[in-house]
Amino acid sequence: MRSELVELIRVAVTSLPEDVEKALHHALDREENPLAKLQLETILKNVAYAREHSLPLCQDTGVPIFLVRGFSNPGEVAEEIRQAVREATLKVPLRPSIVDALTRRNTGDNTGEGVPVIHFLPGDEKSITFLAKGAGSENVSRAQMLPARKGIAGIKRFVLETLRSAGAKPCPPVIVGVGIGGTLEHAAMLAKEALLAPLSERNPREELAELEEELLEEINALGIGAMGMGGNTTCLAVKVLASACHTASLPVAVSVQCWAHRYARLRRVRNAWVVEQ
Amino acid sequence: MKEIRTPVSKEDVLSLRAGDVLYLSGVLVTARDRAHRRAVEQPEDVPVSLNVVYHCGPLVRKRRGAWEVLSAGPTTSARMEPYLEQLLEKFSTRLVIGKGGFSKAAIELLKKHACAYLAFTGGAGALAARAIKRVREVHWLELGIPEALWVLEVEKFGPLVVAMDAHGESIYRAAIP
Repeated sequence: MRSELVELIRVAVTSLPEDVEKALHHALDREENPLAKLQLETILKNVAYAREHSLPLCQDTGVPIFLVRGFSNPGEVAEEIRQAVREATLKVPLRPSIVDALTRRNTGDNTGEGVPVIHFLPGDEKSITFLAKGAGSENVSRAQMLPARKGIAGIKRFVLETLRSAGAKPCPPVIVGVGIGGTLEHAAMLAKEALLAPLSERNPREELAELEEELLEEINALGIGAMGMGGNTTCLAVKVLASACHTASLPVAVSVQCWAHRYARLRRVRNAWVVEQ
Repeated sequence: MKEIRTPVSKEDVLSLRAGDVLYLSGVLVTARDRAHRRAVEQPEDVPVSLNVVYHCGPLVRKRRGAWEVLSAGPTTSARMEPYLEQLLEKFSTRLVIGKGGFSKAAIELLKKHACAYLAFTGGAGALAARAIKRVREVHWLELGIPEALWVLEVEKFGPLVVAMDAHGESIYRAAIP
């Protein structure tokens, strides 16, 4: 599985999922601000150039995050993933961005204590999703325990405030994942997972679908625009996942993702591993 | 298409206005948090001219003994803002290139020291690398590859947007309230 994992990482960092690229084209089509337009054009040129030459589209190949489903041998899978990250760092290559949190010494191979970040999730079908999370957008992501009485209005205010204070830092137009409920860490996990849904897919839960639409409109009304240069599009999509929670709590997390939403999935199809993006 | 060559003079900077789009040719030096800190604390240790500073931690590869840049877009400039005043005082930097801009407080600093802030499109690392023709030198590699001082020769690097000029104007409105 090692070579397939390295290929998974290569595909994810050198090309953009089709729906994200489509959303960027759509944003360019309806942009009127000339500087924002220039940013979107440069983004799309970069996407095409990186794909054509198999180059990492952004130099920040991020923190490697893996969501693993359906495996019964987590120890072995984790070791394979760790080795694959080391190999990909040399072969793709990736920028060595991981340092010890306290000494700040770079480990040189994108692994370290607890990195790559690997989440094992239940599932009948075996799959491994890889997400390259850059620091620009991760640094403005937030989680908060809201007072339960704040409700949906409080959630919206928190998401909007997060995006407003993020400004141009996360490389807008961004994709926003929101996790509601559970506990602090579970809400954060839901926010990350929410980023992995197809952009145009309507949320099956009506209240959440409405919340996504309203938030998208309100974030775009902030006027930050592509790279902070103003214009119509600050956000390409908002995706929300919700869990139940304690009657006294309202955990909310916002995972902000840059336009360079780099992820791909390894799936078992007829006894072979296939990389899908 | 406006073009500018390094070394960049004070007159060059004063000719730039917020909203201008230009392409840069010549030499620039990458510096992130750790390099900024070291530069302002030990200015005598800085081995190159910081005429043009690029907020960037490049993705590089060594091939047949030579460094090759594969992807080199800008990093978030806000992180380097705490060092801006000393950078401008000690090194007379004329152009800072990055993404996302500085806060409003920086506008006065840029004006006072005749420096302009140029924005390159965040995430467009592959395109940036295409404009980098050669790695001239690298210093402070002990800080880690992304944090080192990379001295890069570029040709028609851009499009760069003059986002904060030396006259107190900025193109950021909602992004930097």
